[in-house]
Amino acid sequence: MVYLTRKAEFAASHYYHNPAFSAEENARLFGKCNNQNGHGHNYTVEVTVKGVVDPKSGFVVDLKQLKEVMNREVLDAFDHRFLNKEVPEFLRQIPTTENIAVAIWQRLAPKLKSAQLHRVRVYETPDLFVDFYGEA
Amino acid sequence: MKAYLTRRYMFSASHRLHSDEMSAEENQATYGKCNNPFGHGHNYSVEITVSGPIDQQTGMVCNLVDLDEFVNEHVLERYDHQNLNCLAEFAEAVPTTENLCISIHQIVKRGFSKAHLEKVRIEETMLNSFEYAGEESFIVGR
Repeated sequence: MVYLTRKAEFAASHYYHNPAFSAEENARLFGKCNNQNGHGHNYTVEVTVKGVVDPKSGFVVDLKQLKEVMNREVLDAFDHRFLNKEVPEFLRQIPTTENIAVAIWQRLAPKLKSAQLHRVRVYETPDLFVDFYGEA
Repeated sequence: MKAYLTRRYMFSASHRLHSDEMSAEENQATYGKCNNPFGHGHNYSVEITVSGPIDQQTGMVCNLVDLDEFVNEHVLERYDHQNLNCLAEFAEAVPTTENLCISIHQIVKRGFSKAHLEKVRIEETMLNSFEYAGEESFIVGR
């Protein structure tokens, strides 16, 4: 089994707010992130796939295809967007780094042909990242 | 949905690698420049990885504010701008980054209850890093 990781970046804005909570509770839980005008990050995404090396091509995955899927399914939808208002998953869910990692996994997993998705890592800043392995 | 959250912190500290169980020559042979009696320092980068189900109400594994408060109070305030050799946990153990990983793991494991601690990873310099995930069988003589 060989693991291949492809990195990508997108810039987006978001805020944290749960309509089930009072304004005070939202402010207490989410602090500065609760500002409903939003704020932004440069996100880095690392997508790791795994598989056996194809004896003919020497590849675990066709990198061109992986890049196209990542661009189409993730970057086109997330880059330079207000996640809460423009990305369907986050109309109902809070766009935390945890939920972004899950959403990226769910967007990519059904679209990858030859290789199996192993991990999605999302950096919100260089000091904070979340890993999702598809675990229930 | 289970996710893993990693947060990076920085602190600066000095240390000297020296074991009283070895002769001066053995210490020099084992630790080289790190055996300098006056010590030396590093900017340490500590990555704390915690895991758990993503809370449906908050979208979080745990609130970063809670993790930051705990690590600031119990790890960074303990180690930042200190001489590691002067701290109780290194009275017997050599303050290698391996032992530092174990000490920080023990502090977080004992005191932080809002998510499951997965591992502690420390970069002593850009070129070497160490990880400890709590396997007690690897702790010898502590």
